[in-house]
Amino acid sequence: MFARGLKRKSSEDAEDADGGVAGLPAAPSYTLQRQSLLDMSLVKLQLCHMLVEPNLCRSVLIANTVRQIQEEMTQDGTWRVVAPQAAGRAPLDRLVSTEILCRSGREQEGEGDCPLPDPAPGQAPRRPQSSPWGLDGSREGRGGFQKSLDHIFETLENKTPGSVEELFSDVDSSYYDLDAVLTGMVGGAPTGPGLPAFAPTAAAPPSSTCRSDLGELEHTVEILVET
Amino acid sequence: MELKKTQADIISTVEFNHTGELLATGDKGGRVVIFQREQESKNQVHRRGEYNVYSTFQSHEPEFDYLKSLEIEEKINKIRWLPQQNAAYFLLSTNDKTVKLWKVSERDKRPEGYNLKDEEGRLRDPATITTLRVPVLRPMDLMVEATPRRVFANAHTYHINSISVNSDYETYMSADDLRINLWNFEITNQSFNIVDIKPANMEELTEVITAAEFHPHHCNTFVYSSSKGTIRLCDMRASALCDRHTKFFEEPEDPSNRSFFSEIISSISDVKFSHSGRYIMTRDYLTVKVWDLNMENRPIETYQVHDYLRSKLCSLYENDCIFDKFECVWNGSDSVIMTGSYNNFFRMFDRNTKRDVTLEASRENSKPRAILKPRKVCVGGKRRKDEISVDSLDFSKKILHTAWHPSENIIAVAATNNLYIFQDKVN
Repeated sequence: MFARGLKRKSSEDAEDADGGVAGLPAAPSYTLQRQSLLDMSLVKLQLCHMLVEPNLCRSVLIANTVRQIQEEMTQDGTWRVVAPQAAGRAPLDRLVSTEILCRSGREQEGEGDCPLPDPAPGQAPRRPQSSPWGLDGSREGRGGFQKSLDHIFETLENKTPGSVEELFSDVDSSYYDLDAVLTGMVGGAPTGPGLPAFAPTAAAPPSSTCRSDLGELEHTVEILVET
Repeated sequence: MELKKTQADIISTVEFNHTGELLATGDKGGRVVIFQREQESKNQVHRRGEYNVYSTFQSHEPEFDYLKSLEIEEKINKIRWLPQQNAAYFLLSTNDKTVKLWKVSERDKRPEGYNLKDEEGRLRDPATITTLRVPVLRPMDLMVEATPRRVFANAHTYHINSISVNSDYETYMSADDLRINLWNFEITNQSFNIVDIKPANMEELTEVITAAEFHPHHCNTFVYSSSKGTIRLCDMRASALCDRHTKFFEEPEDPSNRSFFSEIISSISDVKFSHSGRYIMTRDYLTVKVWDLNMENRPIETYQVHDYLRSKLCSLYENDCIFDKFECVWNGSDSVIMTGSYNNFFRMFDRNTKRDVTLEASRENSKPRAILKPRKVCVGGKRRKDEISVDSLDFSKKILHTAWHPSENIIAVAATNNLYIFQDKVN
């Protein structure tokens, strides 16, 4: 599998972590593994979006991983150009290479259960080669899932490096705009080093639906804090 | 009788009180169970006290946040005891959003002989009352009751990961992913924000707070750890908002071990001051590190917990195990540190002798009074008898929470929904 994590190998280095096909340069294998990791990460982030209350630490770590891969692929110049898929390198290998150790863990944690519903969607949508699964580029079986993956890829590809922040933009509006309202009792935005920490938040305007409910509370807190 | 395992019984925190007389556990169902150590009988001086259930109560209930349309879990993330100041015990327990102060007290007497109530507590007809008497306190069976004394709510947008009682015993802090708040025990409707790392634009977020703790003796000092493997020490005297740290602890990255998982495995899941206050210990995915407060550029000691997992990081990323948050603890004299691993294994490292041991908490392998047998994981090549190979490890059996008695060699280990208490063998 990935030996000691996923290390960079020079293209002359014939050593392959998977004991890959003899004679093939290691670079495609590394690219394949990196792509697999990217796909997995994007799926996890999507799951994060779907979850009721995402674990922020986990989301941030996964997003940072995606960013790293993206940066490297941009430097490689492989971000748009996908390395030609080696003949005989079935996507099944990629499933095998990410073998799951946890025996009963899948039953317990829905979050941990993150298999690709269909091996083929793991492929980048822009690979011109026909899939060894015999679908020959057709995408019928992978419909909805492929669409959402496409969307993410599009988002990543059409923007400048660092566009992975877009992944947070959905989350941002729904979860974090309410932040100012909900933390009205706590000293909020650090607007300057000299300001006292317990000054009530006045900067961000609360959502209009909440204003009437919490306006009175904020007013009360303001009085309490300033006395 | 086979006890049915339910999700709600999964233990999510374990903590001894300051004397070690009490041991509290919190679980995923929002319950707190407190164990009390039996008094050693005078007849059998050598028989160590055992821990028995002292009190059980529901600390937190599931809630629904209507503004966000999200459920708030009742799982108890942390319990911290206050030092005992009178006959009652006080502890803080927290879920993702709300901290509560609980008072646990004993009642062994009951007033009898009320004038206006009968023995069952029903009001008597005033017309039947012809005499006056003073109620008398009579002994009753010991009853332990827990009452919520304070509820500290509505101060955290993100999930609370830590609480820590200050050495002044008047304040405490609660930390979530992006903020740390300081509370006074007497005031529930107000808290001071002392750390805020939320970026103005959430899309720029790359780092979160993972744990925080007050210094054991200096009430103005605290540390917090991050998902990037750094620790910041802050002094509250410097400024009201401690966004600028006094000290910054970070180990330079080892370029030979660099991978796409480097950052994830460097994320610190727990930080603990030593009892002396001179050191801090941090736990990341594969190691435990001890830092000297006077040296910021690298830890003074690094212990490998389960380095054999380094070649399995991709699988562990896929099944989310790489995000497991293990805790770590010091023993009373700061000479031994302990942390958990997978397969119900837990590890102890002696800082002086540099020896380490792997032990297992499981019903099959330990009967009461049996001596724990050291375990070993075989990393490759020939597997000796009694060794277990890496591929046979059960990753669903993880020991995330452990506790060490403040002065004796008694440890509590939480293995999913079972609590194990191990004591030193008596001669």
